[in-house]
Amino acid sequence: MEATNGYKRVSIDAVTRVEGHGKVTILLDEENRVRQARLHIIEFRGFERFVQGRPYWEVPVLVQRLCGICPVSHHLAAAKAMDRIVGGEDLTPPAEKLRRLMHYGQMLQSHALHFFHLCSPDLLFGFDADPAVRNIVGVARAHPELAKQGVLLRKYGQEIIRATAGKKVHGTGAIPGGVNRNLSLEERDAFLTEIDQISAWATAALQLARDYTLAHLDSLAEFGSFDSNHLSLVRADGAMDLYDGGLRAIDASGAILFDHLDNQRYLEQIAEDVRSWSYMKFPFIRDLGPEIGWYRVGPLARVNACDFIDTPEAEAARADFKATFGGPSNVTMAYHWARMIELLHAVEKIRALLHDPDLQGTDLVVSGQRRHETVGILEAPRGTLIHHYRVDDDDCVTMANLIVSTTNNNEAMNRAVQKVAEDHISGQPEVTEALLNHVEVAIRAYDPCLSCATHALGRMPLAVQLIGPTGEVLAQGTR
Amino acid sequence: MVQRVLTIGYGNPGRLDDGLGPAMAEMLEALALPGVTVDADYQLTVEDAAAVAQHDAVVFMDAAVTGPEPFSFQRVVPDDRSAVTWSSHSLEPAMLMALARDLFGAGAEGFVLAVRGYEFDDFGERLCDRARDNLAAALQFLVPVLRDRRLGAVADASSARPAVPPV
Repeated sequence: MEATNGYKRVSIDAVTRVEGHGKVTILLDEENRVRQARLHIIEFRGFERFVQGRPYWEVPVLVQRLCGICPVSHHLAAAKAMDRIVGGEDLTPPAEKLRRLMHYGQMLQSHALHFFHLCSPDLLFGFDADPAVRNIVGVARAHPELAKQGVLLRKYGQEIIRATAGKKVHGTGAIPGGVNRNLSLEERDAFLTEIDQISAWATAALQLARDYTLAHLDSLAEFGSFDSNHLSLVRADGAMDLYDGGLRAIDASGAILFDHLDNQRYLEQIAEDVRSWSYMKFPFIRDLGPEIGWYRVGPLARVNACDFIDTPEAEAARADFKATFGGPSNVTMAYHWARMIELLHAVEKIRALLHDPDLQGTDLVVSGQRRHETVGILEAPRGTLIHHYRVDDDDCVTMANLIVSTTNNNEAMNRAVQKVAEDHISGQPEVTEALLNHVEVAIRAYDPCLSCATHALGRMPLAVQLIGPTGEVLAQGTR
Repeated sequence: MVQRVLTIGYGNPGRLDDGLGPAMAEMLEALALPGVTVDADYQLTVEDAAAVAQHDAVVFMDAAVTGPEPFSFQRVVPDDRSAVTWSSHSLEPAMLMALARDLFGAGAEGFVLAVRGYEFDDFGERLCDRARDNLAAALQFLVPVLRDRRLGAVADASSARPAVPPV
């Protein structure tokens, strides 16, 4: 790490409890005041080249290699895109419902993992707690029932994915124009026997997140917070829709910036900025420009942007959420409450779908007019996910552009790092582990997934370095 | 007495030799060994703790960036010190064993089969030639050990050596 103009640079070389490579650098001056704070994310853009030249029907399987945490999101976004290549975007009811079931299973397992095992150590033990306790095993010891519920909620979601998508590493359930399997009655009945318990746990998790947020609202309101725009899909009637819909953007006060934008025309409103210091791009709303046009995505943005949620318990929770903040919430730590509203929504959707006989339907695939360019967008657990492809007459992909959820939140996460660094680290005589964890807490609120699933034994240590004004290493640690 | 064995091959088949674990799982599954459950995933995650608790022994099969060639085979015991990691989206075997013990009362024996790989830093669904050779050696080693339920004895015998040669 280099010293710059007499400043000290604090570096967190791989953010704990997020997926992939991340590095935070905090540049301090001689008085330990924060001059600059940035989140660097190592993103592997080479994947888009990897897809080029491959037949379009392979893409929904190939894109799962992007991420070991949310392969289903990439699988479904690519399948939605390839539906249009085969003219099969108007899915049969069984196909659409089976895909939605898969998607809600993904939402359930991902949100459960994040809340129970990634963020709960911070919430239960405090941001300053000893890291030897503030972790997943610490939760298992101090709150074993809570930890077990998290595991079993996630397992339920994963089993739904297995039933609808197939094997975890080679999920093939969604294919261009539909799906290749339905849900058997035996599978349905097995899921139904557990749904009441799953629903009860989801309700309790929502209550926990709500109560925590309200109890600590005075301190959380400013923690890594700032006004921002918000972006998500919404259904034609304004309802939250995690699988399909048009793009809606609102500003910090809730005013609509654009609405019901056709997925195929996303480039009319979304552009990406490039900055020399980051591998990851910075998306923004084209009309507003990169300075003020950046936005947030994910649970907070979705709960803010929709007019209502079409399941009763989640809708009641959304109304409560909105009443608390008096409109859209720009509180970063409110992501956790919003995430648990979505968790409950996913469970309600799963229950309704399991009672729908279309899941045992056999009309699973459609096709129509062939196309050569396509966009597939859905709401992944972490936010809006955009897949854009061109396919030639030989059925091979010639262009792929992916804007993943974490990229959409890039500017917001950097602002959160800057805000927390200024509020909690600036001027401190010593940069402790607890202070650095404050930065990580703000990043974790977004549940970033850093597009990296390589994790082989012996890779990716966590190194923290404090570099003095002349470039010397003042302190460092690895975990 | 070890009766039910869980084998989990994990890694990303789209990241070259990181796919060694899933490749191993695929080959084992084709053999359909009695009493041996085969699973594959991109990484170990918390719900694997519940699966571990339903077995008497678990073999974690992963690619190794460094270490012995062609592979190593060692015991792994529950260890929550590994809980402080850069990510708990994915877990290390020792931490998963600790979770299985603390949450589900699991008493399963744990083993890690680490197959040495060489190429990790690009996208591609293939193993390099050396990794493929190591995979073959690891499979040749593991199958009779699984069949005879000699996991503990072999791991203990190999603990003084850097690697277990093919048998």
